[in-house]
Amino acid sequence: MSFGAKASLAISTALILALSGPALAQRTDVVVGLVLEPPHLDPTSNAAAAIDEVVYANVFEGLTRFGPNGDILPALAESWDVAEDGLTYRFMLHDGVTFHDGSAMTADDVVFSLDRARADDSVNAQKFLFADIAEVTAEDDTTVVVTLDQPNGNFLFNMAWGDAVIVAPESAETNTTDPVGTGPFRFADWRQGDSVTIERNPDYWGEPVQLERATFRFIADPTAAFAAMMAEDVDTFPVYPAPETLSILDADPRFEAIVGTTEGETILAMNNRREPLDDVRVREAIVHAIDRQEIIDGAMFGYGTPIGTHFAPHHPAYVDLLDLSAHDPQRSRELLAEAGVEGLTLSLALPPPVYARRGGEIIAAQLRAVGIETEIVNVEWAQWLEQVFGNGDFDLTVISHTEPLDIEIYGRDDYYFGYAAPSFLAIWDELNETLDPDARNALLGDLQRDIAENYVNVYLFQLAKAGVQNVDLEGMWVNAPTQATDLTGAYWAR
Amino acid sequence: MRVAPSLIIGAVLSLAFVVMALVSLVWTPFDVTALAVGNRLVPPGDAHWLGTDHFGRDIFSMILVGARTSIAVALVAVGVGMVIGVPLGLTAASRAGSWFDDLIMRGNDLVFAFPALIIAILITAIFGPGAINAIIAIGIFNIPVFARLTRGAALSLWTRDFILAARLAGKGRARISLEHILPNVSNTLLVQATIQFSLAILAEAGLAYVGLGAQPPVPSWGRMLAEAQTMIALAPHVALVPGLAIVSTVLGLNLFGDGLRDLFDPRLQRGPA
Repeated sequence: MSFGAKASLAISTALILALSGPALAQRTDVVVGLVLEPPHLDPTSNAAAAIDEVVYANVFEGLTRFGPNGDILPALAESWDVAEDGLTYRFMLHDGVTFHDGSAMTADDVVFSLDRARADDSVNAQKFLFADIAEVTAEDDTTVVVTLDQPNGNFLFNMAWGDAVIVAPESAETNTTDPVGTGPFRFADWRQGDSVTIERNPDYWGEPVQLERATFRFIADPTAAFAAMMAEDVDTFPVYPAPETLSILDADPRFEAIVGTTEGETILAMNNRREPLDDVRVREAIVHAIDRQEIIDGAMFGYGTPIGTHFAPHHPAYVDLLDLSAHDPQRSRELLAEAGVEGLTLSLALPPPVYARRGGEIIAAQLRAVGIETEIVNVEWAQWLEQVFGNGDFDLTVISHTEPLDIEIYGRDDYYFGYAAPSFLAIWDELNETLDPDARNALLGDLQRDIAENYVNVYLFQLAKAGVQNVDLEGMWVNAPTQATDLTGAYWAR
Repeated sequence: MRVAPSLIIGAVLSLAFVVMALVSLVWTPFDVTALAVGNRLVPPGDAHWLGTDHFGRDIFSMILVGARTSIAVALVAVGVGMVIGVPLGLTAASRAGSWFDDLIMRGNDLVFAFPALIIAILITAIFGPGAINAIIAIGIFNIPVFARLTRGAALSLWTRDFILAARLAGKGRARISLEHILPNVSNTLLVQATIQFSLAILAEAGLAYVGLGAQPPVPSWGRMLAEAQTMIALAPHVALVPGLAIVSTVLGLNLFGDGLRDLFDPRLQRGPA
């Protein structure tokens, strides 16, 4: 081959590469890293956040949905009218919506879904969402009327939860392994222990998504998560399990850290039923022994916002009550002496996440400083759910409550930390009958004060949504108003 | 008689390990339970000789106390193995071929058939994690090792003339085992104990690594390693130090054990007899 021929070949190769370059680089798939694998894929029958992290907004849709900042947006319901007494909601559904199996989504499916979720034998994990519904009827194919027993200012919010998505009668039972929804993605493949893949739904009723397919890979080990990011095996880790390596990834030009808010109130829960924690003075002593900032720095490497009550600081109704529970070891010792408690040893159950395992060690050291010994028991999730959450067999535990607006749990009589005081329930009942947003926020403030003044638990910090992703990936949620990995707006910039 | 260099290296490393544990009883540079988060991941330097970990604890102090944890667990575990295993082996050898011998040795085979760490994980999973359960777990899988070794060594002794003489003198089996057999197998047992000791330290570190050993706040080398693994990119020393501690200790004890065997076993001695 002559020199000229070689050169021209080289030039044409370069030209071809240059011309085809942008088309080749434009990716249409994404790999999302998640810490936990879902037990199954039906959000209407299990509380596991991992289910919603795969299917919410992607595969399943409800009447309404959460927007990226927690606002309530229309989803399958195009619009709605609320009667003046607040008891009747008329939802106008989108026309021409089909499930992934091709069948039409009509008002009858909405009636079926809501009736199924609120039935006596329902296995829905959040039945309280549907508790106020008296009747659901289909007026015609695209109009649904929901009648409530009592006004509920949260009703549209409730209908946005992953637990309230619309399913078809034919596929409701098999959604656990083969989810059939109405979303812009449809389920493609589940490799147990490894990944779930979803692909674009070509018959989607709304605006089509830009991604062709998305794979959710389950990587629980923080070291493996770091390695997967560095090797670019994973494009985004919305909730990254190793906050200590986040700064390293952020400094790498290939990646960016995305730090937003979540609905996760991380608390040191105390068993209010058990001696001596049934004494408010002992609980207050524990509260004053805790230095929140040290826990946030030590366990989360600074990612997290201190909270003084069980409420998200970015919510308009949040009341700053941090002063009630300031770090004051001297006060702790006085309170313990006042309560006549000496040589106290408490068990501290710690589930696997770093906020609990590392945070627990710091809490143990802080409690030791005021004379309370702790016995740390590291537990796996299954054991935590059964022993602590199910049977209430614990003294102390560290846990993040990730559901939005979940202060309601303090009114549950059978809940694991066992509060449900009459003072709280009275405010709660009043809140349920109030529709005016300002009055509601004031009552929500009263609820926050009630649980903070009674030192039910130690409110540590609001979990940050500390994630990391490829710099070219756009359209992912910054905050986490609900447990979800919404890929409907995601695309590759390059 | 020539002393092998490996014996010296082993002895020095093992001694250093024991000294660290002893020193920790009376003095550590810093309190290992005191956290100082603002002072975390400090690289090795003047104030903290081996740096600090992710909670700002002094790693040198933790290594000292961790050596104590390792020794305590390994010593008791090997002790349990010897106290139960050696008498079993002696008894089995004194009644070689009887149903009693079969019972003991097949029972040992049963324990031996399970991988040691699996037994340990099983025990700690049932009774809960903690140093005591780690000791029991490691102790149990040491029993068959000593029982077999003792029986094997004792069996060959039982055919020797001085034992026959003792029997003719009217001594019972138990007395012969105690007065004549045991002293003659003690060298072998000592060598094996050294090896088992290093294995026990490794087992303790392994159990602690998976969260089944000594629980926080008690420092343990295995757990230090486990907690450090996500910090490697940030501060390599937090993982390197406990890793090197485990490696050098186990290596030292193994070299020491090998050296002792060469020293005690006449068949392995070189040079003019």
